[in-house]
Amino acid sequence: MQTHVEVRGLNVVAGGTTIVADVGFSIPRGGVLALIGESGSGKTTIAMALMGYARLGCRIAGGSVRVGDTDVLSLDEDGLAALRGDRVSYIAQSAAASFNPSRRIMDQVVEPAVNHGRMDRAAAETKAVALFRSLALPDPESIGERYPHQLSGGQLQRLMAAMALITGPELVILDEPTTALDVTTQIEVLRAFKQAVREQGATAVYVSHDLAVVAQMADAIVVLNKGRIRENGSAVQVLQQPEDEYTRTLMAAARPERVAVEAPKGAAAPLLEIKGLNAGYAATPILRDINLTIVRGATLGVIGESGSGKSTLARVIAGLLPPTSGSVNFDGARLPPALSMRNKEQFRRIQLVFQNADTALNPAHSVGDIIGRPLTFYHGLKGAAATRRVAELLDLIKLPASLADRACGGLSGGQKQRINLARALAAKPDLIMCDEVTSALDTVVGAAILDLLAELKRELGLAYLFISHDIATVRAIADDIMVLYAGTQVETGRRQGYEGVARHPYTDLLIGSVPELRPGWLEEQGARPAPPAIGQPKDGADLCRFLPRCSWRVCGTCEEFTPPRHLTPGGNIILCHRPEGASEGAS
Amino acid sequence: MKNAIRSWVKALSGSGRVGLSLVMLWLFLAVFGPFLAPYDPGAFVAHDVFAGFTAAHPLGSDYLGRDVLSRLLSGARYSVGLALAAALVASTTGTALALVTAVSPRWVDEGISRFVDTLISIPSKILSLVLVAVVGSSLPLLLLVASITYFPGAFRIARSLAVNLAQMDYVQVARCRGEGAVHIALREILPNMIHPMLADFGLRFVFIVLLLSGLSFLGLGVQPPDADLGSLVRENISGLGEAAPAILMPAIAIATLTVGVNLLIDSLPGRGRRIAGKE
Repeated sequence: MQTHVEVRGLNVVAGGTTIVADVGFSIPRGGVLALIGESGSGKTTIAMALMGYARLGCRIAGGSVRVGDTDVLSLDEDGLAALRGDRVSYIAQSAAASFNPSRRIMDQVVEPAVNHGRMDRAAAETKAVALFRSLALPDPESIGERYPHQLSGGQLQRLMAAMALITGPELVILDEPTTALDVTTQIEVLRAFKQAVREQGATAVYVSHDLAVVAQMADAIVVLNKGRIRENGSAVQVLQQPEDEYTRTLMAAARPERVAVEAPKGAAAPLLEIKGLNAGYAATPILRDINLTIVRGATLGVIGESGSGKSTLARVIAGLLPPTSGSVNFDGARLPPALSMRNKEQFRRIQLVFQNADTALNPAHSVGDIIGRPLTFYHGLKGAAATRRVAELLDLIKLPASLADRACGGLSGGQKQRINLARALAAKPDLIMCDEVTSALDTVVGAAILDLLAELKRELGLAYLFISHDIATVRAIADDIMVLYAGTQVETGRRQGYEGVARHPYTDLLIGSVPELRPGWLEEQGARPAPPAIGQPKDGADLCRFLPRCSWRVCGTCEEFTPPRHLTPGGNIILCHRPEGASEGAS
Repeated sequence: MKNAIRSWVKALSGSGRVGLSLVMLWLFLAVFGPFLAPYDPGAFVAHDVFAGFTAAHPLGSDYLGRDVLSRLLSGARYSVGLALAAALVASTTGTALALVTAVSPRWVDEGISRFVDTLISIPSKILSLVLVAVVGSSLPLLLLVASITYFPGAFRIARSLAVNLAQMDYVQVARCRGEGAVHIALREILPNMIHPMLADFGLRFVFIVLLLSGLSFLGLGVQPPDADLGSLVRENISGLGEAAPAILMPAIAIATLTVGVNLLIDSLPGRGRRIAGKE
């Protein structure tokens, strides 16, 4: 096959530091190449260099980039402007932030084609509607009339793809286009991207940190680490016989192994017990009828997509949001609903660790201050005793004690998350609530944090409420798993209970949407069957929240009655009219 | 400490250093000016009114034949000192109230904010005129007028900073830890808003210098025989036609003081810019 894009000896420097060193690869016409690596590996920098662009403070110091017959790096400003958005187009990670909120979708989608003089406005709109259709967007004729805020993240991401493809570009650069999406949305977007890029016959560069996603999209994979190529080969070869040590590390981290030992089963007295909990903001109910139990030393994983109420649950337990009804019992005693009614001992025993360590650590304080404050506040430790304990805690989270005098600003994401954790440990709590603690981290760093959590649990007998959107992470650490959908608890049970076939239709969708680490998985999935037809949902009834998306809904039942809770053969409790959940069976 | 100051000065841009020198000069003059003055500022020492630059009177003489340099040196104390005090009161009050609103229940925030909105809606110059006309001018009153006029602005800026910071995760963590409102306000929120508030303090100082000079120019500010920079301009206004140094010099003094402070705060190394500068 004929080489279409060729990069040779590419060097990019920022100040005095080389951030991309001697990178070279080539892509045949119509091929899809994936650039994969952790944050800081230079993958986005390389993708930008393909358009002759270097971010502020960076400079392309050497090498050549050829797209077709064009030497991109030798083009002047006008030449680059003619190239970008026309022959080479770019799809950014966050479509929601990339659309102008005050203009209609259609105006923005046709802009590249009209500006580059490829076609007139009417022709561009016709082409846009055709692209909307091939990207499987709802109402392709009228969706262009809407504003960005009226659309979901997954739809915007596909609209951005339409914008990128409208000029018929020969090279499309996709920069982590599905990272910000829920896993159930991601699979649809991936399918739409793949089909649209193939129909156009474009060459594509797919930037991602997620090996499993890349496995579905790419023909060839370039593995990057610290601005250098570690491995370059076909997708099948890299995924099945990785030659480089670093690639193997990435593969291992992508699918975390079970890190936690089994917790003692059921016998211990419950540490946290929640019954019939409802909570919400003002008039909007968010959580409905939540019931859960965590015993001492056990881990409950809470999983659900964004907006499912996972974080709200943690905020209610922490006391930041008083529930509207229901009870929260901690160690046998009723926990007062609001912060102002709780005592210091109750505060100390439950600690909350936030997702984003960048915002959870006060930039004005040193590491020692941050970890030392709970020591002084709860345990009255001061002076040398506090310093010694801070050093012990830093040792426990495997950071050097010399870090205590540093401000958090210059630390890495993983180090910050460890300090975030150490602050919670300093209180000597019984329960730590971890809200997406590994989500903002690279897979390798995230896997190390999971290991640390499991080790701390073993040594200190901690209980965790572990919130995540990633089922693989939850499986690696949790003993029990609870699935939230739109604030309702659709399934609860032991981790092993999720391995059977009988599960709630939403759980089934969630587990089925996680890409597997092999090429061809996406094609095998096929499109999900359309939900069967049902009657008009009954007004005022407390119906199943998953009803509009459910492929297993039963006409005459699901739109009429409140779903009951059933016990599945695997021992899980599901909230569904079908006792067998999402599996074939006599109903 | 010495190194910290040195690296701080190094971080300033060229115009920032000019501003810093001007500010240091004026602070120095405000403190030591009266001791450096060659004549008694109230004494009639020149033979001629509105005299030009001479060796005996480097900045000439005023409309009564007093030495302009001596009067400038003693006037600087009023302008700089009064404005500094008023800016301190305004910024401190504004920041303190903003911290209170950030950690209090909603109704306290609403109460304070609406009260401050009321103050903002009163035209500041008119308010000062009325107060001075009713009570008569005195230094404490001028201080009060300037503070009341400029604290609502400081409060507005500080509140928007504090309310945003109060939503940060580290503040939520502190609340979950059971920390009291005082700790949250002073240890978690305040250190992260002090930089922008310092810049705001400089701006407010400039506004107050101009307000007080304006009041003095209208004859409502510092009263004779004392004079601040504004009164010096006013009392020598009849020399304007002759381009007498007696009116130019105080005007230039006001300009260098305010321009100096502006240059300095404009180039204060902000957090973002410092990081960008390193790369």
